[in-house]
Amino acid sequence: MSKTDFLSVVPLFILTSAAILILFSIAVKRDHKVIYVITTVSLAIDFIFLVWYKATATWVIEPLFIFDGFGTFNTGLILLTALAVTMISYAYFEQREERKEEYYILLILATLGAIVLVISKHFVSLFLGLEILSVSLYSMIAYLRKRARSDEAGIKYLILAAFSSAFLLFGMALVYTAVGTMEFSKIASHLSSLEAMPVIVFAGFGLMTVGIGFKLGVVPFHMWAADVYEGAPAPVTAFIATVSKGGMMALLVRFFTAIDGYQYHGLILIFTIIAIASMFIGNFLALRQGNVKRVLAYSSIAHLGYLLVAFLAGGTLGIEAVSFYLVAYFITSTGAFGILATLSDRDRDAELLDDYRGLFWTRPWTATMFTSMLLSLAGIPLTAGFIGKFYLVAAGVREHLWLLVVMLAVNSAIGLYYYIKIIATMMEKNEVERPASNELNPSVYVVSGVTMAILTILLIWIGVHPNGMMVLIHELLALD
Amino acid sequence: MILPVLIIMLMAGGIVAWIGARINTNVSRWISLIALLANFIITFLLWMEQEYLMDLSNSAWLAKYNLPWIPGFGISFNLALDGLSLLMLLLTFLLGMFAVLTSWKEIQYRVGFFHFNLLWVLAGITGVFLTMDLFLFYFFWEVMLIPMYFLIAIWGHENRRYAAYKFFIFTQASGLLMFLAILGLYYIHGNLTGTFTFDYFQLIGTKFSAEAERWLMLGFLAAFIVKLPVVPFHSWLPDAHSEAPTAGSVILAGLLLKTGAYGLLRFIVPLFPGAAHEIAPWAMSLGVFGILYGALLAFSQTDLKRLVAYTSVSHMGFIMLGVFAFNEWATQGVVMQMITHGISTGALFILAGSIYERIHTRDIGQMGGFWKKMPFMGTIGLVFAMASLGLPGLGNFIAEFLTLIGSWKATHKLTILAAVGLVAGTIYSLRIMQRVFYGTQENTHQLSDLSFREKLILVPLVLIIVWLGLYPQPILDTVRPSLDPIQANHSTTVVPDNLYVDIMKGDTYE
Repeated sequence: MSKTDFLSVVPLFILTSAAILILFSIAVKRDHKVIYVITTVSLAIDFIFLVWYKATATWVIEPLFIFDGFGTFNTGLILLTALAVTMISYAYFEQREERKEEYYILLILATLGAIVLVISKHFVSLFLGLEILSVSLYSMIAYLRKRARSDEAGIKYLILAAFSSAFLLFGMALVYTAVGTMEFSKIASHLSSLEAMPVIVFAGFGLMTVGIGFKLGVVPFHMWAADVYEGAPAPVTAFIATVSKGGMMALLVRFFTAIDGYQYHGLILIFTIIAIASMFIGNFLALRQGNVKRVLAYSSIAHLGYLLVAFLAGGTLGIEAVSFYLVAYFITSTGAFGILATLSDRDRDAELLDDYRGLFWTRPWTATMFTSMLLSLAGIPLTAGFIGKFYLVAAGVREHLWLLVVMLAVNSAIGLYYYIKIIATMMEKNEVERPASNELNPSVYVVSGVTMAILTILLIWIGVHPNGMMVLIHELLALD
Repeated sequence: MILPVLIIMLMAGGIVAWIGARINTNVSRWISLIALLANFIITFLLWMEQEYLMDLSNSAWLAKYNLPWIPGFGISFNLALDGLSLLMLLLTFLLGMFAVLTSWKEIQYRVGFFHFNLLWVLAGITGVFLTMDLFLFYFFWEVMLIPMYFLIAIWGHENRRYAAYKFFIFTQASGLLMFLAILGLYYIHGNLTGTFTFDYFQLIGTKFSAEAERWLMLGFLAAFIVKLPVVPFHSWLPDAHSEAPTAGSVILAGLLLKTGAYGLLRFIVPLFPGAAHEIAPWAMSLGVFGILYGALLAFSQTDLKRLVAYTSVSHMGFIMLGVFAFNEWATQGVVMQMITHGISTGALFILAGSIYERIHTRDIGQMGGFWKKMPFMGTIGLVFAMASLGLPGLGNFIAEFLTLIGSWKATHKLTILAAVGLVAGTIYSLRIMQRVFYGTQENTHQLSDLSFREKLILVPLVLIIVWLGLYPQPILDTVRPSLDPIQANHSTTVVPDNLYVDIMKGDTYE
């Protein structure tokens, strides 16, 4: 192992050692605060290392990993999001289960899995990453064992995720039989030597699409989304919405670009249908929900549909657009679920619309932050979501994907309705004075509050001054 | 440098007013008033110096400001002021001040947040009138929406939520279509010339295929005719206007609708001359239909604010008629209409608001005989009802007269129908007077005549509308330099196209 090899995988080492360190620490003494600090520090150090190391060229560890600009960017994004999720987890779990420490191990392992996913260039590392991520998520979703719905969500996710992994695996096997290699670039070179795509490879890609589509939660593989979002603890939901989906999206972009999927009209057609169906079905189902978590679940289906527009546009601009939108979407989703977590009490999450009635007048700052998150999801100016949507549309229009772009516009308008509904509920006059929850020392919430404030500021900063982020993405992606 | 100050002043003023309300609600009212007054004075001084500034820049532009914003996409913070923008800004700040004054007593709930929203709507409108970068234009176009939504949804009347939703979704959806068209324009221009930019001055004169031009023009048109609004895209307007608080109605009718008209003049006509000519007969027909339809519905309303809202639909029809007649008479009529309608309808909404404050209903059936107890208000109501029906001597007459002269050159039949609309205007305006101020008073409302504050709002509006009716020349002079390029672009186009002749059967297009 060369020095560069070693330095490249240090981010993975840090995470694995952090997980082991937490295990030992729990063996010595259970202390939520200590574990929390270890997690935070290791994630932060990991990110700092990534920035400090600043890889100047693409580095490959054969045959599994590739460390390029795209991978580094997504690794950084995942680490920061995991950090934000950790921040909001503390206050949330402090008032719940007695055994909260193992959660952090799972969180770190899931982060590790997502990172492996975004730097993999081989079916084996892909599957390895995916399973590390999924297995951790199984237990994270069902972590609050006393809640029936949490268990239900965990089991649902377990069964469906196992199913989808099987599909993915079978698809990989089919591709392997035809092509004889599991490395993305070799599959690509083998395919390009052929006249047309063999049926068996196409079937393999089709089955893999099922597996990937499930993780992304796009229509028609979206059935799990609402129940899991609703049942999982709010910070875990934030994690699923962002890291899990984002990691898979990054992998999809890498794989599709590597095999140059844009030349296969069959694949393009499939993804176009998935994109349009996700936008419409996601938005229509969201319109009908009265539960904020479910609204966000369906809206995230629609958002993945929007993302697919830029993905289908492809090219440098398309990938830049996907990356930028992921940033905006990560900030917004983490923020929205973070606020949901801070509003939750011991027994249940604040997920009903009623929990938000009059919030503007009782907790103006929280409501303002939540409003800006929702407006960003709706793509309203002065927020990162607006620039993100601009990027997506720009990528689509450039490649003349008029159908998809018009669908995106139409759906943005539909989506507005349910975002505004939540905002309008927050502004209603609050007739009933709800007793303030005095279960916890308010200082516990300071960390969550500060995290939310930072996310909100980031959101507006990127919305007003997107150039810095654009240049960063552009430079990282141009790295070779 | 002066242009961004106008926007920043309002945005900063909004934030300060929000915070200031913690000390005392009047603090936030005064801050809003002062910020708007300062802007008004700055703009007024610019107006006085127009000749000098135009000589200085040797063009129709009085001032420009450009700062790169997202250079990667060729987006810049690009502002420019010409006669047209200047007049719109004067109107914006003037009505803005009156909106603050009119809410002085009406709004007692969350005063700070109210003024924050008020100033941010006005900041968005100011941006729309100033920006010369299409991305930024869309940006400000959207910035107007959220605070306006809040104004309706928090401080509106009974059915405010529905009205706010409808307003928001209509305008947002149509705005997105415009956004797609903006991007289409951006790429077509970029692929042709190699410079990817959203700069208005560079995009003007882009050559398209006829089909591309048609689609892009329709994208822009969608946003503007929803905002204007043109029948059949008007259905958000009566709800939003009648449910909004008085200040909200004043801003909606006086300013927000004008952004649609401004967009037609500033973007549709110069950017897509060919497609604009193609659609002209349809657009003018819709305009005339709107004049008649709006007047008819106005006549049948029982809700005073809804009635005034429908008169807006009717009056905005003249703008469609004028813009697409493509000649100087009509275009000047359109600009006059934008200003005079802003003032007269704004005043009518303020009157409706002050009546509502006194009797807590907007139902015309419960009014009547108010003249006896409130002669001053009655007199002012009479002035604006007369303005609304286009009585000579008041500003609206000049506007509609110019528009009709201009459109007569383009089409006789439609002009005749539009003139019939003026008669309909007479009917609904007189109905307002008869049902509200004349007749016998059947109920025992406690009525007091206008207070000093209300007089402070309405008397200047009367003076302005009379001034515009008697001596509109300064306005016409101010706006002429910015209309010249629009005309120049069009005199060269060969106008009488077959489509038009087919539809209008025999009318000639000069």
